[in-house]
Amino acid sequence: MSAATGSNILHFALVGTPNSGKTALFNAITGSRQKVANYPGVTVERKAGIIQTPSGHRVNLTDLPGTYSLRGRSPDEEITRDIVLGRLASEAPPDLLLCVADATNLRIALRLVIELKQVGCPLMLVLNMIDIARHRGIDIDLKKLSQELGIPVVTSAAVRRGGTEDLMRRMDEIIANFKRGENASTWKPPTSTELRAAQREADRIIRAAVSQPARPDTRTGKIDAVLLHPVAGLLILLCVLFVMFQAVFAWAKPVMDLISVGFDWLGVQTHDLLPEGLLQSFIQNGVISGVGNVIVFLPQILILFLFILLLEDLGYMARAAFLMDRVMGGAGLHGRAFIPLLSSFACAIPGIMATRVIDNRRDRLTTILVAPLMTCSARIPVYTLIISAFIPDKTVWNWFGLQGLVMFGLYAAGIVSALAVAFVANHFFWRESATPPFMLELPDYKVPRVRSVAIGVYTRAVMFLKRAGTTIFSMMVLIWFLASFPRPPEGATAPAIDYSLAAILGRWLEPVLAPVGFNWHIDVALIPGMAAREVAVAALGTVYAIEGGKEAAAQIGQMLASQWSLATALALLAWYIFAPQCASTLAVIKRETGSWKWMALTFGYMLSLAYIASFITFHVAVALGAG
Amino acid sequence: MSDRHRALSQPQRVPLGVARKGFRGQIDAIAAHNAPSGIPPAELERRLLELGFVEGAKIEILHEGLVGRDPIAVRVNHATIALRRREAMAILVS
Repeated sequence: MSAATGSNILHFALVGTPNSGKTALFNAITGSRQKVANYPGVTVERKAGIIQTPSGHRVNLTDLPGTYSLRGRSPDEEITRDIVLGRLASEAPPDLLLCVADATNLRIALRLVIELKQVGCPLMLVLNMIDIARHRGIDIDLKKLSQELGIPVVTSAAVRRGGTEDLMRRMDEIIANFKRGENASTWKPPTSTELRAAQREADRIIRAAVSQPARPDTRTGKIDAVLLHPVAGLLILLCVLFVMFQAVFAWAKPVMDLISVGFDWLGVQTHDLLPEGLLQSFIQNGVISGVGNVIVFLPQILILFLFILLLEDLGYMARAAFLMDRVMGGAGLHGRAFIPLLSSFACAIPGIMATRVIDNRRDRLTTILVAPLMTCSARIPVYTLIISAFIPDKTVWNWFGLQGLVMFGLYAAGIVSALAVAFVANHFFWRESATPPFMLELPDYKVPRVRSVAIGVYTRAVMFLKRAGTTIFSMMVLIWFLASFPRPPEGATAPAIDYSLAAILGRWLEPVLAPVGFNWHIDVALIPGMAAREVAVAALGTVYAIEGGKEAAAQIGQMLASQWSLATALALLAWYIFAPQCASTLAVIKRETGSWKWMALTFGYMLSLAYIASFITFHVAVALGAG
Repeated sequence: MSDRHRALSQPQRVPLGVARKGFRGQIDAIAAHNAPSGIPPAELERRLLELGFVEGAKIEILHEGLVGRDPIAVRVNHATIALRRREAMAILVS
């Protein structure tokens, strides 16, 4: 009897080269029913969803990471290989492989199809973006193609309404005739001779079944003439980045403020509702402010990923990598590292997660190492507080605000030091291993589709809340514990934090941090600041006994201006450029690299840089009379 | 006249890595040991093949980067691939 009946659900997997529109197709078929998680033990995204065919069969559809072959050159590609070959113990071996190909660009995809035929698993070719191919006058003889390849061929247009109906119908036909075949795999890693032969065969089939239009489409070429122009292209890229930053910082601000105010209000409500004591403090300062600290980043993450996904679907991200390759390459980074580093401006956590696009382990580790140096949004409250308290609000050179210039300088310092660290890592760490190649397909430009982008943003938001949420939240609870225990003695007059473990640690750190100009108040505030950098602002308020949380920022600023020298303030800014003041980032590095060594290394080098930078800043500032 | 005729009938074979923007031709051979790449020649050869750089394919350099005219964007039949010049040294074109 057919395996498709009863509870015996079938497993279909989407395979394809990068840029085949595979994910858009997956989004179109599964919609919001997809689940994104990790494959056990590795940090490769697992995307799967249950779909229902027109005649009511339920199919578990998996979107495998894009690959050019089954050779498995990166963790992502190894997952694809292992699932396709049925080697991954945690995954059911696929009953049908759907090889997705861009109908306008079949050459590389057909070679992959020829390789996949050796796997022995039933295989169907899905010619995606058939609408674009037809529009361009590319004529594909489906019958001939199917005959030459010896597998069923179906067309789809993932982004069109009803564009997947044919595909669903064909899936039904296959399910109706389904027999669980036991064709043994004959696949082994192809040699260069076999790759050549397969590509020649693919080219022969294309000549037999595909007729190219007399007048090829030149739109992409015309756009690229501008966007990839050596000078104009870079300027346009800078403009794109500028708009992106404006959006991430300016558009997100009102929503973030709203979230902050909302959680503060919630905290105050619970404060009033619960009796004075530990539980009250735990709920208000541990739980509510912990959750608030995660959610407050959501607007920025959403806007950032909205831009990244739009640019990616448009086809611009590969161009950005092309334009930036030499600049990044000079520092020993891959052109693709550009995207993760860009994301790190919002938060190093999605940035480090985004390093998965880099297939070379060495490039990926270098990128992870420097990602936390990019100025993330959690540094902004600290920077803003100190800048507004210590830097006079005046205009220089008739045009620039001095405060804005300092802010810009802090950003620039982050970028320059990230490139410098990458350069050093490249020349000292990886001396024995050579520079990996940069090779990237530049896909044709396509208009992004709202639905697909929306699904992408949504799944990333959920991922952030789940992954970052759990670590940040547990760190917040730990740090609340440090700041709350032991309890102040009866009749204590100083703020409660003065009696806590955090204060003990802070006083213990005092002699260590005195040379960089920090007093013990700062040392104490740095400890809760490990939860998330901006928490240090509220913590400073607490140690200086200012009640009222975030609304009191202006008040905290005044207090600091009266208590600290300019040299101390500048040293703290320098500290914040480098210091690994974020437990969640460290946790993510541990998980993404799978090793404590890399986490310790990141922590160690950032801490050393922070100490050196603030030491120099403090002493130079004192020498210049700012002490 | 005869020189020019010879030049046309026996086009010179050059590595793609030294060709300039606007170059058109076809792939003669993949000689990965020619390229000062970071990965072993056998692996580089397979990666190039997987991206469609196969003998006989039509080639055109569409774009060059700003610094050192690197990397380059190459049209290979109907696809566009970006790569660095040092890896492109492995692709002999005429």
